Amino acid sequence: MAHCHNVGMHIEVPGGGKKVVLVGNPNAGKSVFFNYLTGMYVDVSNYPGTTLEISHGRMGKNVIVDTPGVYGISSFNDEEKVARDVILAADTVINVVNAVQLERDLFLTQQVIDTGVPVIVALNMIDEAEKQGVEIDIDLLSELLGVPVIPTVAVKKKGLEEVKNNISQARPGWIDPELRRQLGTMLNRVGSQGEALLILEGDPAVSERHGLKPGDRREEIYKKRRERVNDVVKRVMKETSSSTGLAESLGRLMIRPATGIPILALALYVMFKVIGVFVAGTVVGITEESIMLGIYEPAVRGLVGQFVSEDSVLGTILTGEFGVLTMTFTYTLGLLMPLVAGFYFFLSLFEDSGYLPRIATLVDRVLSGIGLNGRAIIPLILGFGCVTMATIVTRLLGSERERRIAIFLLGLTIPCSAQLGVILGLLAPLGTQYIILYSVAVFSVLVVVGTLMHTALSGKSTDLLIDLPPLRLPRIDNVIKKTATKSYQFLKEAFPLFALGSFLISVFQVTGILEVLQNLLAPLTVGWLQLPAEASTAFIMGIVRRDFGAAGLAGMSMGAMETVVALITITLFVPCIASILVLFKERSKFEAALMWCGSWVIAFLVGGMVAQLSDILGQNHRVSLITAAIIAVSVLIIIGCRVLNRNRSVKNRSAAVVNK
Amino acid sequence: MTLDTVKRGQSFRIVSIPDNGVRAQAIRFGIAEGEVVTCDEVIPAGPIVLRKKRQQIAVGRKLAAGIIVE
Repeated sequence: MAHCHNVGMHIEVPGGGKKVVLVGNPNAGKSVFFNYLTGMYVDVSNYPGTTLEISHGRMGKNVIVDTPGVYGISSFNDEEKVARDVILAADTVINVVNAVQLERDLFLTQQVIDTGVPVIVALNMIDEAEKQGVEIDIDLLSELLGVPVIPTVAVKKKGLEEVKNNISQARPGWIDPELRRQLGTMLNRVGSQGEALLILEGDPAVSERHGLKPGDRREEIYKKRRERVNDVVKRVMKETSSSTGLAESLGRLMIRPATGIPILALALYVMFKVIGVFVAGTVVGITEESIMLGIYEPAVRGLVGQFVSEDSVLGTILTGEFGVLTMTFTYTLGLLMPLVAGFYFFLSLFEDSGYLPRIATLVDRVLSGIGLNGRAIIPLILGFGCVTMATIVTRLLGSERERRIAIFLLGLTIPCSAQLGVILGLLAPLGTQYIILYSVAVFSVLVVVGTLMHTALSGKSTDLLIDLPPLRLPRIDNVIKKTATKSYQFLKEAFPLFALGSFLISVFQVTGILEVLQNLLAPLTVGWLQLPAEASTAFIMGIVRRDFGAAGLAGMSMGAMETVVALITITLFVPCIASILVLFKERSKFEAALMWCGSWVIAFLVGGMVAQLSDILGQNHRVSLITAAIIAVSVLIIIGCRVLNRNRSVKNRSAAVVNK
Repeated sequence: MTLDTVKRGQSFRIVSIPDNGVRAQAIRFGIAEGEVVTCDEVIPAGPIVLRKKRQQIAVGRKLAAGIIVE
């Protein structure tokens, strides 16, 4: 059986039933179809080796399987790999095509048809296409593709029933005769047309499963397919007008810096206001204070206390200050979960409306200076929610080099929401000057370290190449579903790490290692950072939870400058223990250890420099002078790196010319 | 000339795209070698936004510098 090669996920199909797979480009409207076809009972399971969830549900005897939105199937990213494997195992494919973006979407349609699987096309958003002056000859499209095509308006439930009733009409479509011949030859060797196609197209994973060398025909096949699709579109589509609507003008304003930056600032302001005030205040007040600390923890302590004494070693580990049963649950469920859900809600909102790729386009220029491209804005924004989660999300970046830079910068410079609240509480009473000093110091470290890594690391970062879908009003049910799935996924992945973290810290506490560390750190805190000795306790607490560290500082009496020095240091200091565990999971041990030590060094280096500077400069105007000094040093380093980079690229270019 | 030197509103033909992976992605998006596209927007020192019918694609500046158009 060819299907046994599709390692990954096994989905039960009852006898006589078919595996019907929904396929489409991102935002084509697949989810509406999925919900309509499957109804209430849906299974969501993780696709092994990825962070992606695959939903599947029953429709009579058949099983409907959803796939991530993709532009084509191969191995370029996790979404594609998952879609590829699910499609290769399909009995029938329902391909949801966006009528407004026919030219783009039909590439995937033709690729799926080329795999030989029976296909039925749902030509979706047909009303939107008409509104935009696009007329499509549906009968001719069906004839040219060789598969049934049904016009639909999924959000208005138009055409869905027809698609449902016609699933059995799906059939293999038209394939280029030349490609069919090549497929025939390969088919004899691998036994499945879909796998034969992917091998010809040079897909490394599918080739490896058959012990074959990846083919070198990708470009040739892709080009022919593209020509065919363009030809089909030319024949079936008539454009009566090409109006530029309000959405298009707004989309333009979002990517032009003069208007785009204020729009982005406003969007982020609203996001932080809602998350900072409503979620962090009201919601967390209920979930953490009332429910977890008020009801849950006393109940667990009482229950466990019946069997083990709370002061015993086991009692401390289970229900002590950092207990596995107490802190882990309170922290992840009471504090982090609402915040993470809040961040995912806004991210889904930006994504569903089409704003997110425009943010990526707007900030691409800035991020390219630190070796990232515009897409890296996603983990960077999420980092303000939870660094642990953002570190996992860096999987969407295009290269190992980018992941390395992004992960280190996240752990080093982005204060997570839990910590941010405490930091803002301590900073606010000090006045604007000090707030600026703190922000400038942390932001400078982000830019300088990013630039240095970009200059020093070998290899190349990927460039931005991103589709800007038409703007639209976000669909709330879509946004909520996405928020729920992603938050749940975060919980599933991060919870064991937080539990392990709590356990390790409790062990440190019971064995006295925590105290030893505090004493070791004290000389550095007093001599170099010029802070009270107790500050070292706060730093060590920061290893447990970043907000513990910051909160530890709140109880100490320090001057304004000392507070800022302490806050800068604790922000840059190593991320919480769960983040560290993710770091070790995602990177090699050596690299993770290097990053962890790096944050120690940089935190104390920068914090100490600010402290020493303020000592040298004396009381007068020292805040603005220190701020200016930090900016000056940063600018110098960045210019130095730029010059170095330019020389290098000039050298590369002249070498390339010589080679020609 | 290269894509990073085009101006807003200009139409041109894509002659060559470096890197296999980028080329494959470009074909999927419909902006393959040989296609005629319009420059919709140039972000100062940033990406170039291309348009072909209703399809808009943002191309990073460095990548654009390697794409030859005419």
